[in-house]
Amino acid sequence: MKIRIGLGSCGIAAGGKKVRDALVSCIKEKGLDIEITSTGCIGMCFYEPLVDIIDDKGEVFTYVNVNPEMAGEIVEQHIVNGSPIDKYIASTGKKPFPQLEKQVRVVLQNCGVINPESIEDYLDKEGYKALEKCIKEMTPDEVISEIKASGLRGRGGAGFPTWFKWDAARKAKGNEKYVVCNADEGDPGAFMDRSVLEGDPHGLLEGMIIAGYAIGANYGYIYCRAEYPLAIERLEGAIAQAHERNYLGENILGSGFSFDIKIKKGAGAFVCGEETALIASLEGERGMPRLKPPFPAQSGYFGKPTNINNVETYANVPWIIRNGGSAFSAYGTEKSNGTKVFALAGKVKNGGLVEVPMGMPLREVIYEIGGGIKKDKDFKAVQMGGPSGGCIPKALIDTPVDYESITKTGAIMGSGGMVVMDETTCMVDMARFFLDFTCKESCGKCIYCRIGTKRMLEILERITHGEGKMEDIDELEKLCISIKDGSLCGLGQTAPNPVLTTLRYFRDEYIAHIKDGKCPAKQCKSLITYSILAEKCTGCTACARKCPTEAITGERKQPHIIDPEKCIKCGNCAITCKFGAINVE
Amino acid sequence: MSCSCEKKLESNFNNQEVDLTLLEPVFKKYEGQNASLISILQDTQDIYGFLPLNALKAIAERTGNRKAKIYGIATFYSQFRLNPTGKYIILQCQGTACHVNGSEEVSAAICDELGIAPGETSSDGMFTLEDVACLGCCSLAPVMMINGEAYGNLTPSSAIEVIRAIYQKEKGGASN
Repeated sequence: MKIRIGLGSCGIAAGGKKVRDALVSCIKEKGLDIEITSTGCIGMCFYEPLVDIIDDKGEVFTYVNVNPEMAGEIVEQHIVNGSPIDKYIASTGKKPFPQLEKQVRVVLQNCGVINPESIEDYLDKEGYKALEKCIKEMTPDEVISEIKASGLRGRGGAGFPTWFKWDAARKAKGNEKYVVCNADEGDPGAFMDRSVLEGDPHGLLEGMIIAGYAIGANYGYIYCRAEYPLAIERLEGAIAQAHERNYLGENILGSGFSFDIKIKKGAGAFVCGEETALIASLEGERGMPRLKPPFPAQSGYFGKPTNINNVETYANVPWIIRNGGSAFSAYGTEKSNGTKVFALAGKVKNGGLVEVPMGMPLREVIYEIGGGIKKDKDFKAVQMGGPSGGCIPKALIDTPVDYESITKTGAIMGSGGMVVMDETTCMVDMARFFLDFTCKESCGKCIYCRIGTKRMLEILERITHGEGKMEDIDELEKLCISIKDGSLCGLGQTAPNPVLTTLRYFRDEYIAHIKDGKCPAKQCKSLITYSILAEKCTGCTACARKCPTEAITGERKQPHIIDPEKCIKCGNCAITCKFGAINVE
Repeated sequence: MSCSCEKKLESNFNNQEVDLTLLEPVFKKYEGQNASLISILQDTQDIYGFLPLNALKAIAERTGNRKAKIYGIATFYSQFRLNPTGKYIILQCQGTACHVNGSEEVSAAICDELGIAPGETSSDGMFTLEDVACLGCCSLAPVMMINGEAYGNLTPSSAIEVIRAIYQKEKGGASN
């Protein structure tokens, strides 16, 4: 009997450590000798904390939404008495999670399965076999050909063919070359890379070492967000273990090839996701992009040829080498091969990480894997690509997820954030939200990006405050074009996308804000008021007790009233009221 | 030597006296290493909790960089703090998932409770409030993190309860 508990950031946030402590003390109390290991995120964040009980036959019983009290029950009934508690179990070896049926796990194959702090666990899953194959049986050119055959494209957003970058870096002149991993996952609403770093750090290292062998580099840097302390800790551990086994270091496995990896902590700047800005930051400078060409493959880190890919791209590499490029390209569509990891969040029932073959329609991802919309409300749109992306409306929900189809909608594939919105999400506010983000994150180098985003934000704020004019829409469209044309890097060039897509699909919402002074989603605070319907109010006082500003008053068992002067429109009363007595207009 | 514009620039930083000898091990650690300015600033912040003006001046001198460059880096990255923080640091997630699930209302309630805006520290030195882009716990949105511990599925009132509980613990019963 073994116990495995999910302790990724999401598991910990959901109380995983308290559950582990409860399990440890119960086991001690009973005088049992049972090993408890931890694992990364399996992607079922809505089920966290997750606890696996693995019996002596190797069958896995997965308990979900476990709390410390349940932990005691599980030890007592399942471990001591041998009878699994069916009502807490969501998946067993015989009946796996239905959400996993439609998924294909290449990048996430080990996440939530192995103990990320143990190199032995990784080796058991054919870990470092791909590296051995490369350095013992393949020439660097053969490695690049295999990547070419796989059709792997950059998973960070732009979708540039990976083999092409590798080949350019290989052919670039110079003895000193670098491999850089972009682990500065900055899109708000995306956490794929974090899960890979926390759940399968060796998978990333192996991919980077293979890239180093292919392009002829001896040094690698992982540029990781400082906001991911657990990821950094696990990477440091994995690097030390890989050194001990000589998968890193001098003369790797006697091949004559040497490679070392260092971690650099990012200091919090979204623009550092852009590769030239990332290099500037690696060099210790302000992260400001520069003109391309020359591309990093010719002149990157300190002017040396440098290959930059993101975490997910490298994490695909070991699987491709082990199984062959054609096995990878068998998944997906003609131009978008393989699988893609998405972070499903927002108003979706089963939020978490999903990995699906490219080309799966959005509807399948959101409804069949994601379980549909929370509280069975109406689906309105899905936001893809973060601040560089856009909102895809209900009418296009059958769009296949591949680079070309998503780009056609005006959004971008991006790094894989997928934020689902329902009828209560205001699309003008969404555009304002993203412009607020890009305006703050603009590095300030290009005038259109620095000042243009600010002007756009001011207009959007005006509209959401009910002070917009119809000319504002034309002005927004003009600014969008100028910013796209007048910016050096991807941040500026894509900053208008959230506005362009919402104007394209939800123009009537802009007009409702401007002409009618109404927010159809009832989200924009300046355009709504809260009141209590006297005929429905039972005077239970529940809302008054939850009101943070004491704006609700009234006698017990008598209809209450809201003081509009004190009301901050937080919506707490509407969430609390069981009688539908709170009216929002 | 220093002109008035330099003084004006320096007024953005905190002039508190600090023990600069604490920086010696940091200088030693990165001695002769190119490209280590950000790491030096990160280590400096780990020591003092923020970036004091005097430490920045010392770094400029010891690394042979212009002060303007050091100030530039210190103000470019959101991780760097220019002022001391409170005992508890509240990171409010402003990610997309949190936003559509009501983080703005939660944030308004917290600001109201503490009487400060994001980026500020409460006058009793107990709480510093900060906005962060994304904590990556999107399925628990809205989320905040207080000294490393995440609190999920927040509502304005549950967020306030968390803060009041901390006050209660700190002040032995008396709530704010």
